[in-house]
Amino acid sequence: MIRNQEIVEEIVGQFGEKVFAFEEPYGMLTFCAETSQLVNVVRFLKEHKTFKFAFLTDVTAVHYPDEKDKEICSVCHLHSWENGVRVRIKVYAPIGQPDVPSLTGLFESANWLEREAFDFFGVNYLNHPDLRRILNMDEMDYHPLRKEYPLEDGTRNDKIDALFGR
Amino acid sequence: MSVNMVEAPEGYEGSGFFATSLDKVIGLARSHSLWPLPFATSCCGIEFMASMASHYDISRFGSERPSFSPRQADLLMVMGTIAKKMGPVVKQVYLQMAEPRWVIAVGACASSGGVFDTYSVLQGIDRIIPVDVYVPGCPPRPEQILDGLMQIRDIARDEPIRRRESEEYKSLLRSYNILEK
Repeated sequence: MIRNQEIVEEIVGQFGEKVFAFEEPYGMLTFCAETSQLVNVVRFLKEHKTFKFAFLTDVTAVHYPDEKDKEICSVCHLHSWENGVRVRIKVYAPIGQPDVPSLTGLFESANWLEREAFDFFGVNYLNHPDLRRILNMDEMDYHPLRKEYPLEDGTRNDKIDALFGR
Repeated sequence: MSVNMVEAPEGYEGSGFFATSLDKVIGLARSHSLWPLPFATSCCGIEFMASMASHYDISRFGSERPSFSPRQADLLMVMGTIAKKMGPVVKQVYLQMAEPRWVIAVGACASSGGVFDTYSVLQGIDRIIPVDVYVPGCPPRPEQILDGLMQIRDIARDEPIRRRESEEYKSLLRSYNILEK
């Protein structure tokens, strides 16, 4: 059984100041990496001789409108089948230029996951082979899960305040 | 087994002949053989399956054969949430149907978007195709779906045979960008 502490020591030993903000929400090791180092960190964990984080479980994104120059957060989850351990890695990018390196070079499964994060949050995954919308209609001209957009459809016209007692 | 025959429309009857207007005869025939095309995307579609099966039995009303090809269908039944991405598909199915064609929007989602007041859902199929009958409910019971079919039958029976050539109908289609301007 590999403890989170061993993983932290290994990656801090390898990457030093480039990985930071370690925490363990619900026991799952979570940390941030410098955006430019993401691919190196994931490759290190994937190819590490004992950790073997060989499965990319999820890639998604979060929008923090109040965090200056760190508005867009891209999150990836890795799973080690052999050790039964998971980690969560976060990288941040400014909303004006939400560039994040793509993991498609390491995991084929990152392709659709990153397309989804692009579709909903507009994360620009660099070196992604086919970065276009995957779930929403192609004609959509914004990224709907960013906080500045309302959840409701603007064209709805049967929700009259009087009928809803407002 | 007793067989019920429909009543003859108003007309003149005599020895060896019966005279009535063509509208009424055509309407009578159409209203008793509406072939539905079920466009079922969610729970309303499950209710339609019940309507189709032996207990409620939509075939009692001449809809014996749900037509899964639009080319042989008279009646498009849209049942369930239509996402905006699905919108062009519904429209294409409608365009592939031959005139005369009728449309039922079954359930709150197809009629108005229902609870899905959200960026990804079409807020009622009448945004993209003309609808004849709306069936309320979330989902409606099979009886309500059959009642919607009864209303379509009345519309089909009373429809003037030249309605589809009328300027009013053409302008309706033009407003949906279905006919060229």
